[in-house]
Amino acid sequence: MAEKTILKAENLNFYYGASQALKNITIRIPANQVTAFVGPSGCGKSTFLRAINRMGDLVPGTHVTGSLTFRGQEIYDPRLDVTALRRRIGMVFQKPTPFPMSIYDNVAYGPRTHGKHSRARLDELVEQSLRAAAIWDEVKDRLRKSAMGLSGGQQQRLCIARALAVKPEVLLMDEATSALDPISTARIEELTLSLREQYTIVMVTHNMQQAARISDKTAFFLMGELVEMGDTEGLFSMPRDKRTEDYITGRFG
Amino acid sequence: MGRRRSLTLRRRLYHAGASALVWLSALLCCALLLFLVCYICIRGFPGISWAFLTGTESILQGTAGILPGIVNTLYVMVLSLAIALPLGVGAAIYLTEYARNRRLVHLVEFATEILAGIPSIIYALAGMILFCTVLRLQKTLLAGSLTLAIMTLPTIIRATQESLKTVPRSYREGALGLGSGQWRMIRTVVLPSAVDGITAGCILAAGRVVGESAVLMYTAGLSMVMQDFSTIEGLMKASGSTLTVALYVYAKERADFAAAFAVAAVLLALAVLLNFAAGAASKKLQKK
Amino acid sequence: MRSNFDRQLRQLHQALTEMGAMCEQAIAASVSALLDGDKAGAETAMERERDIDRQEREVEGLCMKLLLQQQPVAGDLRAISSALKMISDMERIGDQAADIAEITRHTGSRALPGHLHIREMARAAVKMVAGSVASFVESDLQMAKEVMIYDDVVDQLFDEVKEELTALIRSDSSSAGEALDWLMIAKYLERIGDHAVNIAEWVTYAITGSKSG
Repeated sequence: MAEKTILKAENLNFYYGASQALKNITIRIPANQVTAFVGPSGCGKSTFLRAINRMGDLVPGTHVTGSLTFRGQEIYDPRLDVTALRRRIGMVFQKPTPFPMSIYDNVAYGPRTHGKHSRARLDELVEQSLRAAAIWDEVKDRLRKSAMGLSGGQQQRLCIARALAVKPEVLLMDEATSALDPISTARIEELTLSLREQYTIVMVTHNMQQAARISDKTAFFLMGELVEMGDTEGLFSMPRDKRTEDYITGRFG
Repeated sequence: MGRRRSLTLRRRLYHAGASALVWLSALLCCALLLFLVCYICIRGFPGISWAFLTGTESILQGTAGILPGIVNTLYVMVLSLAIALPLGVGAAIYLTEYARNRRLVHLVEFATEILAGIPSIIYALAGMILFCTVLRLQKTLLAGSLTLAIMTLPTIIRATQESLKTVPRSYREGALGLGSGQWRMIRTVVLPSAVDGITAGCILAAGRVVGESAVLMYTAGLSMVMQDFSTIEGLMKASGSTLTVALYVYAKERADFAAAFAVAAVLLALAVLLNFAAGAASKKLQKK
Repeated sequence: MRSNFDRQLRQLHQALTEMGAMCEQAIAASVSALLDGDKAGAETAMERERDIDRQEREVEGLCMKLLLQQQPVAGDLRAISSALKMISDMERIGDQAADIAEITRHTGSRALPGHLHIREMARAAVKMVAGSVASFVESDLQMAKEVMIYDDVVDQLFDEVKEELTALIRSDSSSAGEALDWLMIAKYLERIGDHAVNIAEWVTYAITGSKSG
């Protein structure tokens, strides 16, 4: 089955003021697969992830050269409607932070932002999203209660439900399990595998074993450069670049 | 063995001494406060009666009353806050959420800090010149409120900014990540979280307004007569003293210390009330 | 950075080197018993076989521990998994050498028929085992390749020995018992060659990620 590229970067450079965080990144991310970004701290993997949905814009003084496209559309086009882009490319962050509202309102926030106000439609969306995030059974009787009362793992699944509620095409996960206990992590890994059929998932992780377990493709970043990218199995058993080998075997980083 | 025992004894004496000093300071503060409050209450309460609180002064009828004072105080408090709040909160939101130019933000914050520290007598003079003379408002409560609005602006801006800064960055990122626009994000996620802090700042500002005397003396006048608030013109031309100014008038101009202490007691009660309200608002903030 | 792991990997390498040396000793001793009637050699070969079995258990335990504790990937994983495979082949070499020694015990001083190519086969087997062990110790791809190629020589020699023995039985039916012993020995030597090739293949896998290099 031929792979279809959904995100493509060509000679992408990203600058925080004068300091260059990404150097000439050229990469193709396939649709309906899980792609993992790995690399030591400060290598640029999170910067690249955040560049995809333009969350890097939140930091003042950033600028970008080169091309980064989503389905052929240039992401850094100044005429692009960023809010529409972020509807199609969702994000789950490292620390689970639901809004200080009820569980229902948390999940409905996205749809309401994009104009869905009909009660029936929202009810349906909220249930669908909570089911997709494998948390419906745990919260169905307490939708009106505050989301702050959930455990860490539940909050993170709620954040995933919240991201799914706007029906994105791509889901970006920025170290989404690093703040969680092993059981919650395992649940979210299962969830990620099941979401692959409908969504494209790009995840940043520090955990080599996690990348090996659940990703189809892995990209190794080092000091702002993309060193190597390939099928996960191949990269983990026989990396082409010595730097990759040294990193994944834990000899540095 | 003897040396060890004397060391421990010395250390114990040292600790005891330090504790005693600290205790004494606390005691002194409490004693001072207690003295002040008791003195004012004792000398003030006899003067307070329902007639006093709801009546006006009249030489003809031989009554004494501070209703004008109370009404004027309310007028000034409401008007100055009505101006300062939207301006202050708006400015704070701009500074915290929208402004990209770091240097501009620092400049404005610096200016705010300075403004917050300027003695009120300077505001009084500036207000008098600007509003009463140049803008021809004359000595009115309107001029006084405008001056007070400027004076409390820094407090409100600072309190709002602090409150906005305590809202976790992750709320903003979460909302923006879902495709929310900036204003919607502020309106639906940031402001609701910050509202308790803003309220606390607001009440603090109200306290400052109520307690201000120098500014109003210069800009609003000393009249103790009940003003006409029934027309717009009346509202604009009203001139008179608030409670604090009335206190000055009773004490300094008329040497009517009984009345002065009575007004002082009322002001004290008002101050305590406002403080409780501010405390309650911050407690609600803590709980979250 | 992973100094404990690196130390354990060196320990593994050392244990495998020792095991390789034991294999070489075992085959050398049994061949000397075979070709020169060296009785002591036969005893040495049997002893070595026991040592090899013990070593196999030890190395296996070490590999399992490393897999559990260190979650190896890439080169480390290939090194450990190929080690697990190599020790089985080495253990079989030890068994084969002991079996040859066992046979020489009761063929006793019966001379090896001079025209048999068993002499060459034996020397070839010794060479192959030495070669495969050396390719592991030196991480030498070229040496491993040579071992794999050389196996053809051993296989050819085996076919020749089979023909020679068949001719021998036909010419003198009383020598059938002896001939069968020689056949068994030749078969063991051929199997030793195959195991040496396996070892060379796993060495190649550990270095290049594929058994054929």
